[in-house]
Amino acid sequence: MSRIGKIARRSFLIGSAAIVGGVALGVYMVSRPAPNPLRPAEGETALNAFVMIDGSGVTLVAPRAEMGQGTHTTWAALIAEEMDLQWEQVRVIHGPAAKAYYNSALLGEGLPNKGYDASAFQHNLGEALGHLGKVFDMQVTGGSTAMKDGYERMRVVGATAREMLKEAAARRLGVDTRDLLTEAGAVIAPDGTTLPYTELAADAAGIEPRHVELRPREQWRLLGTTLPRIDMVAKSTGTAQFGIDTRLPGMRFAALRMAPHGGTLRTLRDREALKRPGVEKVVNLGDGYAVIATNTWLAQQALDAVEADWGDAPDYPATTEALVERIAAAFDDDPNSTLRDDGDADTLPNGATEVTADYSVPFLAHATMEPMNATAWLDGGTLRLWCGNQAPAFVVKNCADEAGIDEADVDLTTTLMGGGFGRRGEVDYAVIATRVAKAMPGTPVNVTWSREEDMTRDFYRPATLARMRGAVQDGRAVLLDASIASPSIAEQALKRWVGFTPSGPDRGIVDGAFNQPYGIPSFRVRGYKAGIAPPLGFWRSVGNSMNAFFMESFIDEMAHAAGADPMAFRKTLTLDEWEPALNVLEAVEEMCDWANKPESTGRGLAFCYSFGTPVAMVIDVTQDEGGAIRLTNAWIAADPGVALDPGNIEAQLTGGMVYGLSAAMNEEITFAGHRAEQTNFPDYEPLRLPQMPPVAVRIVETQRRLGGIGEVGTPPAAPALANAIFDLTGQRIRSLPLRKAVSFYA
Amino acid sequence: MATTLTVNGTEHAIDLPDDVPLLWVLRDALSLTGTKYGCGVAACGACTVQIEGQAVRSCQVALGDVWGAVTTIEGLGTPAALHRLQAAWIEHQVAQCGYCQSGQIMQAASLLAENPAPTDDEIDAAMAGNLCRCGTYPRIRAAIKSAVEGA
Repeated sequence: MSRIGKIARRSFLIGSAAIVGGVALGVYMVSRPAPNPLRPAEGETALNAFVMIDGSGVTLVAPRAEMGQGTHTTWAALIAEEMDLQWEQVRVIHGPAAKAYYNSALLGEGLPNKGYDASAFQHNLGEALGHLGKVFDMQVTGGSTAMKDGYERMRVVGATAREMLKEAAARRLGVDTRDLLTEAGAVIAPDGTTLPYTELAADAAGIEPRHVELRPREQWRLLGTTLPRIDMVAKSTGTAQFGIDTRLPGMRFAALRMAPHGGTLRTLRDREALKRPGVEKVVNLGDGYAVIATNTWLAQQALDAVEADWGDAPDYPATTEALVERIAAAFDDDPNSTLRDDGDADTLPNGATEVTADYSVPFLAHATMEPMNATAWLDGGTLRLWCGNQAPAFVVKNCADEAGIDEADVDLTTTLMGGGFGRRGEVDYAVIATRVAKAMPGTPVNVTWSREEDMTRDFYRPATLARMRGAVQDGRAVLLDASIASPSIAEQALKRWVGFTPSGPDRGIVDGAFNQPYGIPSFRVRGYKAGIAPPLGFWRSVGNSMNAFFMESFIDEMAHAAGADPMAFRKTLTLDEWEPALNVLEAVEEMCDWANKPESTGRGLAFCYSFGTPVAMVIDVTQDEGGAIRLTNAWIAADPGVALDPGNIEAQLTGGMVYGLSAAMNEEITFAGHRAEQTNFPDYEPLRLPQMPPVAVRIVETQRRLGGIGEVGTPPAAPALANAIFDLTGQRIRSLPLRKAVSFYA
Repeated sequence: MATTLTVNGTEHAIDLPDDVPLLWVLRDALSLTGTKYGCGVAACGACTVQIEGQAVRSCQVALGDVWGAVTTIEGLGTPAALHRLQAAWIEHQVAQCGYCQSGQIMQAASLLAENPAPTDDEIDAAMAGNLCRCGTYPRIRAAIKSAVEGA
């Protein structure tokens, strides 16, 4: 209590968002209801900002970006459950960018408490801060928050709509609402009269229901089951529309070449390019140029024919070596944060054995399957935009500024995304498309980045260094002292989002380290902020992606130094600290039959508590005669509190692991002359199908609060694999990617 | 000079230079956007279509070199008349972001046309060139196997 009080008086810079001291700023704006952004056409009724009914059925608004994580399906199910809709009847749209769709959970995630041990007071404080998201137009998909945000709010939305429709039916039939039931999208009267919602909607609009009650879990029909994803048929038949698929009458296609050093473009000569087939225009973007043509490929081909006079390079170090040197130098500064400081980490207990090790991870690109793109059309005074994005309000604001028009004159359609992983939380692709479209008013232009532009103009997961020091005694951990140095992602991302950067501790640098539910008598985690700003962005699981590798590899080292079994060692650490952590360890122990490892197999365990969800993972590896490492099995146990859609959770945990394994095994971005040296998949190779081990997932439901699921499978993947390789070969690899030390079966 | 191209049973006159890759003919000239651009260098498989039943990376086949009838994901089956692999994809809820799945399905359809009962290793080898960043691989394997068994 005292600690949170002390910290809360300061302002924070946090993993995913900002909290500014002085909540009073937003009291009025927060308490005022946001206007309903839905504009029903003739014959349509919007019961609230999330439920629209017309003659043919019910449309639900799921204003979180669908990038594969299944959020549209589960979000809609929260509303449909309380409305008693048949799943087959449900239609789902993303809806417009609007204040009503702010994320009420994201800002609360930034509190510097550990999370798992949050008191009710801290939890409520987080919820209160979360509602500041409305002030900042924080309609953001990120931080694994969609279900935390929607779990109660969307069930209330659905239940309220249900009661409005019942009230309308009661008035029409002259009966008491308490005698009415709802089923399959209709209100049922005691005499069997059935009034479909489609017939009641117009009367129901504006009714203030007197009594709204949420269904107890025992009565759920949709939630808690694996639902057919609403986007599955379209995605299996090539009919799903991604941003890159936007096609409009008279549309043109543009290709980009941004300044290779990330700096500026002075002038260009386009005479030769304009002679190329299909080419209509070359546009100087200030930091690169675009070729507009009748076909994307013709535009791409003409890029080389433009002569560019590049301007100044940006003012951060130009090479990986120089960048990492600056990150290492941050250890000489005062710590930016000490978010955990249990016991006395300076003093080595008498008789304890000290263990130390240095770790590092590289810069990483997101490499979404769908390269960045956006379609923009400056149509009179209106800017029409089509793109996948994780932050529609920020897209609208930035593109309105670029076009020099009011935000009200921007019409954004948020499409499906071919992967996001944090990359689509940026707005650069939409701003660039707007800049291109300005050069061709009245014509829609689809601006598609080549894979090479996508990979070399990313906002990267930063390289990070860790200095780990621990001590063991009598088979147990008695001290863990982690120092972690990284540039700040939040500092620059927040500036791009909301235009300013609060000072203070950056939780993102130490996320996944300071907040682990390990009871160690002396446990300290300090973050060191490197003062460099190459383009950085949120990458699936953010700080957890590096810190889980540092922590769990080092915990493994400590277990071996203590002569302890790595599973037993971790179970001891969690035993008295937080039971759900112990539960997932025990679950995965049983699933893989930990004590009976197959012959000639290396087995690695890792645990990470992130986004409110504890996850334990075990990976098995073997080595063939040529020395190549092969992943032969994987087991995952996770406790998200309530399993809203078990099939989707299994897919997310498995997919999160694959994303983590791809980075752990192969991926690395290096810089020379400010430019990423990796340009396409042949030099940035994700895991492929033949390398994929069988995976078993178990969902445990023992913790009180709902946890995130979209990112939590990623952090434990790298350490589980590295620990398995150590178990098999005795080689402790402390730097990623692992392919630099071992070869993998391909 | 227009080039004649048969796609999903329909003949088209294409007014583009001969060196434009089939991918960009399909996507930008014919608005058949189910075929995806992923890398442009045949490293990801998102652009996979079939020419005379054979899976090819459409980013690597120039318009002038197309040697036969082209089948894209839109021609393999439709929501109203699914190909058995598409039905298996839906049954196994394979897709996450879905961007790579057109290419995955076209690759798998070509495999099953050539080898109606592939072993696990043969499935792995045939699908090695198709990347999925979401990690749907276990369900891709399961869907292909169930389509084999259901055949």
